[in-house]
Amino acid sequence: MRRLPWARTVFWLYAATLMLPLLWMFGMSIRPNADILGAFSLVPQRVTLENYETFFTDSTWYSSYLNSIVYTSMNTVMSLVVALPAAYAFSRFRFAGDKHLFFWLLTNRMAPPAVFLLPFFQIYQSVGLFDTHLGVALAHMLFNVPLAVWILEGFMSGIPREIDETAAIDGYSLPGFFFRIFLPMIRSAIGVTAFFCFMFSWVELLIARTITSVDAKPIAATMTRTVSAAGVDWGLLAAAGVMTIIPGAILIWFVRNYIAKGFALGRV
Amino acid sequence: MLYELVALILDGVSVRQGGQTWLDRVDLEFLDGLTTLIGPLGAGKTTLMRVAAGLRSPTTGRILVDGKDVSSVSVRKRSVAFVYQQFINYPSLTVYDNIASPLRSLPREQADARVREVAELMGLGEFLRRRPAELSGGQQQRTAIARALARPVDVLLLDEPLANLDYKLREQLRADLKTMFSGSRGVVVYSTADPAEALTFAAPTVVLGKGQVLHVGSVTEMYARPPTLEVARTLSDPPLNLLPGVVRDGRIECLGASFPAPRAHESGRAVRLGVHPHQVAISRSRAEQLAFPAEIRLAEVTGSATFLHLMLADDLHLVAHLEGTQVFEPGERTTAYVDPAHVFVFSDNGELLAASATEVDLHG
Repeated sequence: MRRLPWARTVFWLYAATLMLPLLWMFGMSIRPNADILGAFSLVPQRVTLENYETFFTDSTWYSSYLNSIVYTSMNTVMSLVVALPAAYAFSRFRFAGDKHLFFWLLTNRMAPPAVFLLPFFQIYQSVGLFDTHLGVALAHMLFNVPLAVWILEGFMSGIPREIDETAAIDGYSLPGFFFRIFLPMIRSAIGVTAFFCFMFSWVELLIARTITSVDAKPIAATMTRTVSAAGVDWGLLAAAGVMTIIPGAILIWFVRNYIAKGFALGRV
Repeated sequence: MLYELVALILDGVSVRQGGQTWLDRVDLEFLDGLTTLIGPLGAGKTTLMRVAAGLRSPTTGRILVDGKDVSSVSVRKRSVAFVYQQFINYPSLTVYDNIASPLRSLPREQADARVREVAELMGLGEFLRRRPAELSGGQQQRTAIARALARPVDVLLLDEPLANLDYKLREQLRADLKTMFSGSRGVVVYSTADPAEALTFAAPTVVLGKGQVLHVGSVTEMYARPPTLEVARTLSDPPLNLLPGVVRDGRIECLGASFPAPRAHESGRAVRLGVHPHQVAISRSRAEQLAFPAEIRLAEVTGSATFLHLMLADDLHLVAHLEGTQVFEPGERTTAYVDPAHVFVFSDNGELLAASATEVDLHG
């Protein structure tokens, strides 16, 4: 293939534009506030780790970071536990209304999350789920389970039914087949689905902030409340921003080869 | 009835779905040993196999194994094994674990010995540690067959197992299977659309067409004297040539040629003549041969054979299967010769009236 003369230049221009905000944030996170607010410079004048030090020692910061990780992980696991058997049923069995149910599952995702704020807030207050990790994880399942079912169903439908039948002939029980034969076959699908669930729950701010106050407060909520009497702590905010990128970056590394298929809901 | 020999019975089995009939009141007895099931695409072979295995339940009718009605017994509880046309294995398990999966109830050493025995038999000895995706198509199907053979079962069903393999592998595996089935116990049903396979196994054969049993019997006899046109077509590959004929004064006339009718028929009766492509020649070897002027349309050369597509009078199409590589020019004129001794004479409604110049005893 012949290379276009400007291809390389255009690529680097694109990459630079894309990376600039991230690099800038990283640069801010290793500068003191005085430096950030001082004269403009591309290269940090003084490199410091004190922003990260504050992030890891101030309990409002690190505990909300942990809160986010805890409820996001809970949500991912719970969504998968519910979605796996549901997706299997949708892909393998015909029952009355199956196609409608499958389609209408997605309507949960069509409504803006704000619609659900008030009901969640009031119900959680009365049943004691307010400001708990479980509460946030359950609320996010409303959006993640339909998505997970759709992605998993797409992957599962690509697996020949004859494998299920062969397993039945070989005397496997349905759970035996599901855990020993079927799940290993859709490992990549589970990885991709987990990634999507994690990322949604990780970046979702509105619901998570509304139904928490202190004990389960997410990192994103903490980040929006950094304005103090002394002004905005830019460096600390940037350090927190860098920290919030890390879990997603780690996850995406593991499922990088399957993401495209996941975006197509497993249907390619 | 020799009751203890009857192992698998389909009793009035019909399968209908969405207004379509896949099997229509099928009554069959499969005895201990190999039975071949032959039929064209869409004849209902796979449906019949799936019903026999218990993978789907018949709309009406019963399935009996060794005299017991198993129609409502779950496939998990039945003593069956099934090999699909597609190569179906557990991709996450090694070849060894694939073959061992029906043997989970056996003690470890016993299962291990059996897995190695079957793997050796199917020529998989050196691949036991591999996963199915790391094998060739032929080896994948061998793995599937090995898994089906591992556990001794009452009913072993193979649904066109060689159809997706290439020519060489198919011949080799076909020969291996023939020796394997000769020693097996229990009912073995082998379905195929390929007459060569059915003829190689030379086993009792069921001919299926459009969901109905067309004929049951010895495949070699059926080939020599097909009872109906449908059976003759099913057993002929390349397709059977068909020519129209008319009985006139004790002779059968066909496109200007004629030969003595093998048995007396009323004058003016229309018949259909079936000729296997390998019985069509382009040079005369016997005086009695019927001669048809023809135009060459196409010559397909496969190496060991040449398939000559001819156009006769009245736009009738005739295929000649000639030995070796022969070169022809499309548009060339030639003459096709057919020995009346190798013509099947069928009645208008497809029943055999005469084969190999010998009269067929038909009532009426």
